Amino acid sequence: MRTRGAVVLVLACAVATLSCWREKRQFRGAPAADARWAPVRIPPLQPGQPLPDNIKVGPYEGNAWAISEGQRLYNWYNCSGCHFNGGGGIGPPLMDDVWIYGSEPENIHATIVEGRPNGMPSFGGHIPDEQIWQIVAYVRSLSALESPDAVPPRNDHLERNAQPQPKP
Amino acid sequence: MSAWQSALDAAGPQAERIARLWWVFLAVCAAVYALVIGFLFAALARRRGDPAPRPADAEATASPTSDRGLTRAVATATAATALILFILLVASVGTGKALSEHGDPNALYIELTGHQWWWQATYQDPSPSQQFETANEIHIPVGRPVIFILTSSDVIHSFWVPNLSGKIDLIPTHRNTIWIRADKPGVYRGQCAEFCGLQHANMALRVVAESPTQFEAWRRAQVEPAPAPDTPDKQHGQQVFTSLPCAMCHTIRGTGAGGRTAPDLTHLATRSTIAAGILPNTRGHLAGWILDAQGVKPGAAMPPNVLPPDDLQSLLDYLGSLQ
Repeated sequence: MRTRGAVVLVLACAVATLSCWREKRQFRGAPAADARWAPVRIPPLQPGQPLPDNIKVGPYEGNAWAISEGQRLYNWYNCSGCHFNGGGGIGPPLMDDVWIYGSEPENIHATIVEGRPNGMPSFGGHIPDEQIWQIVAYVRSLSALESPDAVPPRNDHLERNAQPQPKP
Repeated sequence: MSAWQSALDAAGPQAERIARLWWVFLAVCAAVYALVIGFLFAALARRRGDPAPRPADAEATASPTSDRGLTRAVATATAATALILFILLVASVGTGKALSEHGDPNALYIELTGHQWWWQATYQDPSPSQQFETANEIHIPVGRPVIFILTSSDVIHSFWVPNLSGKIDLIPTHRNTIWIRADKPGVYRGQCAEFCGLQHANMALRVVAESPTQFEAWRRAQVEPAPAPDTPDKQHGQQVFTSLPCAMCHTIRGTGAGGRTAPDLTHLATRSTIAAGILPNTRGHLAGWILDAQGVKPGAAMPPNVLPPDDLQSLLDYLGSLQ
């Protein structure tokens, strides 16, 4: 009886170890200057064979760490200055299902890198490419395009403002 | 030179009180420990000398008088333990109370914000033009109380400069305050004392205590914007800084660079370390940090950069001129 209990316990522990999986954190990405020279291809016409569409899925699809980093960078680089916390204001809202320039990861990436008319600045060459992809993952999570189990349960902007008051 | 980051080499009144309390605890606990071990060995020696008694003998040897003596001894030891613990409690509470009092209206206010993994210090002043920001190296005047207003931008950190005071946490969305006073000039190292992520061990700061005149001179220099580059080479360096990713996060007051998420570099060349006290502030270390910060501090927010050699040299020249 006791042996069977021990076996069940060991098996249960073995099954539990399956959940011990940690997603990969890539700290050392390519420098921003590399992305500066990436060609912008507006027309589909190309000399020779067309290049394969190598990026269909963002590299941080469903990566919880990247999405939370993206959330941090979204505020650091002042995306929130125009898009606010996704609701929009000066810039278009990011939480709805209206996408002027496409909702696929590579569309959003291109929008951030190239900039868009009427106010969206071009960030290519100013932000490392990895960070742009992290922001892409976060922006997609705003309109529930990312898997919900990877999205942070709590938004940083819900924090009470802790700006200390200057003392005399 | 004071002992490096030691709570027993006090440089101010708080650290002195904490050190005194520490010595009291050490003396009392060492005495109790010695007594306990003494009795233990006495008991062992006595037991070994006795021949093994039979059960019937053991019954007979426990006379009513020795039984009463034992009861009295155990009761005395228990009472002594309670009394000693109570004395230590009173000493501890008394020290804690003394640490929180200062009552000097002339205190200097510094707002200290913890970030993963560096310290942002904002010197307060009633006049906004006299406020300024620096990072990881805090200058304070000797003999004047300094009140730190502590908060954090991400996770809980803890401020601990052992030569000056005990530790206190930096908590997001919450403000803690602590006051310290340095009575001896010197450089005191502090470290984050609450695990805060990958580079917790590499989150150090320095407190430089100097005479009030020296401090005033330093403060006046820090309030100023960065010196304008005086050679074409440094001007190019400034251009590199403001046009590359640097300006997205760092501020150099007096230039177009106004990022608010990374250390203020307006007077970078006056600091003795970079990367939160990890590397000495030399040209070579700075170059390594700019090119591949992830090799030094994996996980830090500083991304890698690739610069043509001329741009890098100009940038280093410019950063080295930020006195």
